[in-house]
Amino acid sequence: MASFIQLLVSGLATGAIYALIAIGFTLLWQTSQTINFAQGEFVMLPAFFVLTAMNLGAPYWLAALIGIALAVVILGVLFKAIIVDPMIKHGVLPLVITTIALSLFLKESVKDFYSSQAQPFPALVAPRDLHFLGAVVSLQSVVVLAVAVASVIALHLLLNKTRLGRCMQATAQNPTVARILGIPVGRMVLYTFLINGVLVAIASLLISPIYLAKFTNGETLGMAAFIAAIIGGFNQVRGAILGGIILGVLDNLSAAYLSSSYRGAFPLLILIVVILFRPQGLLGRAEERAV
Amino acid sequence: MLRTGFLVSLVAAGISLASTAHAQQKTVYMPAILELSGPGAVSGTNFRDGMLMAIDEINKAGGILGHKIETPVLDTQSDAGTSRAQLQKVLDNKPYVVFGPVYSGSVLVDMLMTQKAEIPEIVGGEAAAITQKNNPYVFRTSFGQQFSMPKIANYIRDSIKAKSVALIWVNNDFGKGGRDNFTKEMKDRGIKVVADISTESGQADFSADVVKIKGANADAVFVYLNEEESARFLKEAKKQGIKAPLIGETTLLGQKVIDLAGGAADGVQGHVGLTVDAPIKAVQDFAAKFKARYNYVCDHNGIKGYTAVYFAKYVTEKVGKFDSKAFAAKAHGLTITPKEEPGILMEAMWDKNGDIDRESFLGEVVNGKQKIVKILPMLSKK
Repeated sequence: MASFIQLLVSGLATGAIYALIAIGFTLLWQTSQTINFAQGEFVMLPAFFVLTAMNLGAPYWLAALIGIALAVVILGVLFKAIIVDPMIKHGVLPLVITTIALSLFLKESVKDFYSSQAQPFPALVAPRDLHFLGAVVSLQSVVVLAVAVASVIALHLLLNKTRLGRCMQATAQNPTVARILGIPVGRMVLYTFLINGVLVAIASLLISPIYLAKFTNGETLGMAAFIAAIIGGFNQVRGAILGGIILGVLDNLSAAYLSSSYRGAFPLLILIVVILFRPQGLLGRAEERAV
Repeated sequence: MLRTGFLVSLVAAGISLASTAHAQQKTVYMPAILELSGPGAVSGTNFRDGMLMAIDEINKAGGILGHKIETPVLDTQSDAGTSRAQLQKVLDNKPYVVFGPVYSGSVLVDMLMTQKAEIPEIVGGEAAAITQKNNPYVFRTSFGQQFSMPKIANYIRDSIKAKSVALIWVNNDFGKGGRDNFTKEMKDRGIKVVADISTESGQADFSADVVKIKGANADAVFVYLNEEESARFLKEAKKQGIKAPLIGETTLLGQKVIDLAGGAADGVQGHVGLTVDAPIKAVQDFAAKFKARYNYVCDHNGIKGYTAVYFAKYVTEKVGKFDSKAFAAKAHGLTITPKEEPGILMEAMWDKNGDIDRESFLGEVVNGKQKIVKILPMLSKK
């Protein structure tokens, strides 16, 4: 039982981070039909903003704020202005290919300008263990889970309880009607990119102490979040959350109770089953297409 | 007009002199294929930096037989397929000797090509299989697993006095080779392997693996992972409060792992084939030079890279010419002492398979530093 609790908490913490990243996938898809294959690298990069700021003498909290601010500007505003806006006119596929190129560019840039080696990254809290029903749970896992859940709740409140959020949802559901109703669609789309910038920066601060900051981190994270978004439903934020949690918990439990050798196969197995029997994802909405 | 003509002649003479000097600067092509990115980047960059330091030293002193060493470094991306493609590129330019790779999986692929081309390859891989294929062109500058695992097995039996052991290993050629040799040595000594856990290269989350290890309740845990995974494992092991001693072979006690794992590495024990903390003056001088040049502490792969170049230099000077086949023939059975070649750092002997024999160490991690507690003699001098 103690082991199960440990695995569950650890899996939930990892899954919550996957969920944060997966939400970014769904937000960008819903508002601008952007599938961002550089999303994993978007999570990798803020960690290096933070490390650079710390190397220049900034304390951790300030470096973290600088990291989030840079992520919002570079991975939000500039990404939309330089990559998405010019490419989306040509359709989804050219944009997808461009984001794949962007992911390579970001990865190689960090390798060349910072380091190819993994870097230790400070944790949000000092290492400490919590004892619960005989299980030893690290405070770090609990804090990761708490921050990720708080971020998701804040996003939920923003989207559902504020006028701004409802405008963003209207934009996502039908931009033409939203424009007729006087909603500044362009600005709403920009806001989703900014929110994605904040989410990836938070995910970066949470995952980097565990993964260590490394230029290749985006490969694993991007793939896990993409799978999570598909399992949960690519067009629903709550689907991305569910997909992330399922993936994180399943990874840990299958490695412990089934086979650690095949732990990488289980998420893919679920992905195949979901695509076969519920292609819109567990909580996703089926979309009809004219062609 | 006369003045213009004079100027043109002067420029022409300058260009001619420069080209002559360039033509006279003879070089020997000794490329390196290394893991500069991907999971093996720590190992590959350490090997590269040690190697380039030795090359600079040798070139400044006049090169090998009057030839400057020319060493382009190509990235394998820690992938055997890419490594093979990179090697093919350099083989087209007819190298004298090839350095690297470090990852055993890449070495096992590449060594077939260098053997066919009859080019000596000085590798950083430690998988036992590398030197068990009767390839006369492959040489190591670190212990193969068939030499290091008996030492670690004796340590577990005699110093830890363990009756059971849990084993966690990385599922690549390096890890599989280590796992097979380790389990054999445990069986020979009557020590039971109560958990045998494979992990993936690049794996980030070790919580499930540590839960399994805790459940196995072994007297000791043997950890055989690459650098970054070792650090992540140690953090998780500390988090979950594993009480059994954590034992490793070289990598687990490396300074990079210690730095990445933070305090989680304290208490780790094991056998160290190569270390900059060895109580040997030449090694410590090398470590200080390395730190001054690169601003980080070198791990065992840096020593592998550094000694690989001096090994190539010594053998070539003994042969007296740049002859790849003669190099391979001369290097087998050769012993090099620091007196004969200071760059070799410690006395080393290469056997008929290309395996190296030299002193090694038992160590532990104390307060974030590796501490050597015992020097083990060369196997051939026991």
